[in-house]
Amino acid sequence: MADIKLTDLTKSYGPTEVLHHIEGDINDGEFIVIVGPSGCGKSTLLRMVAGLETVSSGEIQIGGKRVNELEPSARDIAMVFQNYALYPHMSVRENMAYGLKIRKLSKAEINRRVEEAADILEIREYLDRKPRQLSGGQRQRVAMGRAIVRDPQVFLFDEPLSNLDAKLRVQMRLEIRKLQQRLGVTSIYVTHDQVEAMTLGDRLMVLNGGYVEQFGTPIELYDRPASVFVAGFIGSPAMNFVPATSDNGVATLPNDAQVSTSLGGHSGSVLIGLRPEHLIPDDAGAISIDVEMVEQLGANTLLHGTLSGTDHAMVASVAGHVTADGDSQHRFRIAPDLVHLFDLQTEKRLAI
Amino acid sequence: MLKRVHFPSSPLPYLLVAPQLAITLIFFIWPASQAMYQSFLIEDAFGLGSEFVWFENFQVLWEDSHYHAAFWRTAVFSVLVAALSMGFALILAGFAQRVVRGAMFYRTLLIWPYAIAPVLAGALWVFMFNPTLGILTYFLKHLGITWNHYLNGGQAMTLVILAAAWKQVAYNFLFYLAAMQSIPNSVIEAAAIDGAGPGRRFWTIIFPLISPTTFFLLVINMVYAFFETFGIIHAVTQGGPGSSTTILVYKVFNDGFVGLDLGGSAAQSVILMVLVIAMTVVQFRYVERKVEY
Ligand SMILES: Nc1ncnc2c1ncn2[C@@H]1O[C@H](COP(=O)(O)OP(=O)(O)O)[C@@H](O)[C@H]1O
Ligand SMILES: [Mg+2]
Repeated sequence: MADIKLTDLTKSYGPTEVLHHIEGDINDGEFIVIVGPSGCGKSTLLRMVAGLETVSSGEIQIGGKRVNELEPSARDIAMVFQNYALYPHMSVRENMAYGLKIRKLSKAEINRRVEEAADILEIREYLDRKPRQLSGGQRQRVAMGRAIVRDPQVFLFDEPLSNLDAKLRVQMRLEIRKLQQRLGVTSIYVTHDQVEAMTLGDRLMVLNGGYVEQFGTPIELYDRPASVFVAGFIGSPAMNFVPATSDNGVATLPNDAQVSTSLGGHSGSVLIGLRPEHLIPDDAGAISIDVEMVEQLGANTLLHGTLSGTDHAMVASVAGHVTADGDSQHRFRIAPDLVHLFDLQTEKRLAI
Repeated sequence: MLKRVHFPSSPLPYLLVAPQLAITLIFFIWPASQAMYQSFLIEDAFGLGSEFVWFENFQVLWEDSHYHAAFWRTAVFSVLVAALSMGFALILAGFAQRVVRGAMFYRTLLIWPYAIAPVLAGALWVFMFNPTLGILTYFLKHLGITWNHYLNGGQAMTLVILAAAWKQVAYNFLFYLAAMQSIPNSVIEAAAIDGAGPGRRFWTIIFPLISPTTFFLLVINMVYAFFETFGIIHAVTQGGPGSSTTILVYKVFNDGFVGLDLGGSAAQSVILMVLVIAMTVVQFRYVERKVEY
């Protein structure tokens, strides 16, 4: 087991810097999810930890030891790839035993480990099959098995579930989480799916354009997003943003509606963030939405429309069934401490 | 029972395959059957008449120790040509795959030999190994080796093998490179993470995964060595000295057009034809079976 320390890490391909000054301390046994939109540098960061990409500057430590110059094999890590990367010409058993054979473990020990992993992942009956004879979910398990037989210090996952169908993805997500908790191995998991990130991670590192936007627990990210990007990325449906002027605890919306905030002693232009699920239907509420479309999800109902008198899109999520036809006006209130305020220029959170 | 689908008959499909059929007929079936027919004939000494003798030409070959020798010579020659050119191409492809900068340049360079006509390729090697003027002969002399492939049969064989293999390296290289590039990078990376060094990755992952290409190339190279090396041999040694580089296809030419034993030569070419058909069948069988891993 090991902790991981990333210090001032950058990565450049030629003149283009794709990762900028990444900092992060990962504790022993923690499950960290790196999340962000496609192309933001998640895989690159993970591959640098794995040793598959060189480090342009900065330092990576695993277990207190600098690993920048170490070969992947010397870092005591195991990785699960998006396309599983199983050895196509080897049986499941051989796939899992490959790394152990290289480390010259005894036959008996190899068999013991492979079968133990196979039992954990319930793939014992497939041990003698070739990867092409397995379904996507089974291949995924084999890839996991190949990682756990090695008993490494760190697990690395690069979007391991994105090739599975939705139902299997949810199931495997839970299994990965349980497995990691059981084994207690420090893990870094890359995904672009914020739901996956929220449910899996002890902590999330939100990447955007090669910068770390925020690094914290799922609840911290949800409750106190550090930037407009994080606020919009975490939570579904996404947060509503409306420009406003803030003056000592009161924000005035473009349609002159006034919303109380918990940000005292500040005045100026801000971007105000309202989560759809925090809008409470209230006929006396300050926020009025011209509803244009109603989306019934069963447990709750999404009301899509615009802030009355403006063309700022707004979504409200209301518990239960709401029978509203399109083209009607609904009013909502929101608790002051659930109103998020961001600087209009920097898009950073204004401390509350 | 499956219901058969009947299409309204139309001459169009026949018209469409007609050119291909005509080409096959004129350039393959017809000469092949001519050769077959010829192999049953013996011409008289003056070339004025011929006699139909059934399998006598084949019987003569069966008992001819020169023919046996040519057969073994061809086997050795083609195995060495195939092994040498494939082995070398494999190494080059392994390196080319790792090259990032200048990859295009490097690859283009390696493909050139394939664009050279066999006779020219042969001439090139003849110049380099010319016993009096050749640059390589000169270097060999410094190593204490006297090179004269006009006198030394073993050296002559070495030279034609080198020239023939060199000519084929480019072709093999292209196939090997394509095969290697079709292996997902992540599979190789997974092996690296599993602790396999470059050599081990090559032998336990890359090499098994490109084995279909190896089988395919093996057959192609054998066929090449059997038939298409004629030009090289003709330019370099003309089958000599003695008959030390006379492989089967050269013997067909020699016996037929120089020795004017048309019947015997035709019988030899029929045997060659059977051989190539056999190799092709083996290849198809193999490609179908062994190749799916
Ligand atoms: N080998 C490479 N050469 C040049 N640019 C690269 C290379 N690999 C990745 N990049 C660039 O780095 C950025 C991050 O890529 P990646 O880490 O794969 O993103 P993600 O996994 O978050 O989708 C992308 O803009 C991509 O174009
Ligand atoms: Mg990626």
